[in-house]
Amino acid sequence: MDTRDETTTARTLVLDVPDWPGHLAGQHVDVRLTAPDGYSTQRSYSIASAPDGTKVELTVQRIPDGEVSSYLTGVFSIGGPVELRGPIGGWFVWRRTDAAPVLLVAGGSGIVPLMAMVRTRMAAGSRVPFRLVYSIRTPADGFYADELRSAGVDLTYVHTRAGPGPVGRLTAATLDSHGWPASLEPACYVCGPTGFVETVSDILVALGHDPGRVRTERFG
Amino acid sequence: MTNFVDGNVLAGPLREIFAVELTAATGRCASCGRVDTVASLHVYQQAPGAVARCSGCDAVVLRLVRGPDRAWLDLRGLVCLEIALPEPVAVTD
Repeated sequence: MDTRDETTTARTLVLDVPDWPGHLAGQHVDVRLTAPDGYSTQRSYSIASAPDGTKVELTVQRIPDGEVSSYLTGVFSIGGPVELRGPIGGWFVWRRTDAAPVLLVAGGSGIVPLMAMVRTRMAAGSRVPFRLVYSIRTPADGFYADELRSAGVDLTYVHTRAGPGPVGRLTAATLDSHGWPASLEPACYVCGPTGFVETVSDILVALGHDPGRVRTERFG
Repeated sequence: MTNFVDGNVLAGPLREIFAVELTAATGRCASCGRVDTVASLHVYQQAPGAVARCSGCDAVVLRLVRGPDRAWLDLRGLVCLEIALPEPVAVTD
């Protein structure tokens, strides 16, 4: 069990989960916390790591007043007990045997399950071409920056508050230039806040992508 | 109204009840006939349970309420679920 700060408000928890059966990139876990008085609450977190024995990494973005995320990014200490259920989910997943080109579109901490796909591709030595469009407020808000630079994926940042470079929201032109043409029939994975995912999936469908190949994960 | 998440979020609660992963299953909406995955449903979690609506017509497809020692699952908005299962492996000796 170890932790790593990704940004000033996000932290990766490296957990050792005995009997972990392995997972697919894109799956999540449900984390349950129980207070001494019996009060208990649960949240879903995407797995950030590629399958690797009993090691499971979660990256948690602290949400203002978030009772679980504040605990996990703050007072939660190495060796602290945490109850996990998973791996969970069978739709928003990428398998190393999938051959279609992949477009990943992340909004903020929506990068987490997509990073599991990038890492799984690397670990498998896969040559499947990946493109990643990653929308963040400022460069300081990006997770995994060093690792992404050398991950072998075609990476485009969109900065919505402060650059380098142009500042603004992701548009149809962004995905037209930095995504794949619909004619290549890529698998598209979109993860982020609900409004972001809604906008991106509408753009992809408008650009001609089959809605059945646009998989989404909204986190509210 | 954008305060919903995807049906992916139902994977854990449904896995507690069913033996197979259900979010990749496809279902037909009883209201509009749309055929799509459980993962594509729009899930509202503000209620005491989860309310999943069709992404095409917004009709309620599924409701799931979890109590301390039981769950209530209402599937009246669903005509049929199609669930991929592994083919049985032939046993030779």
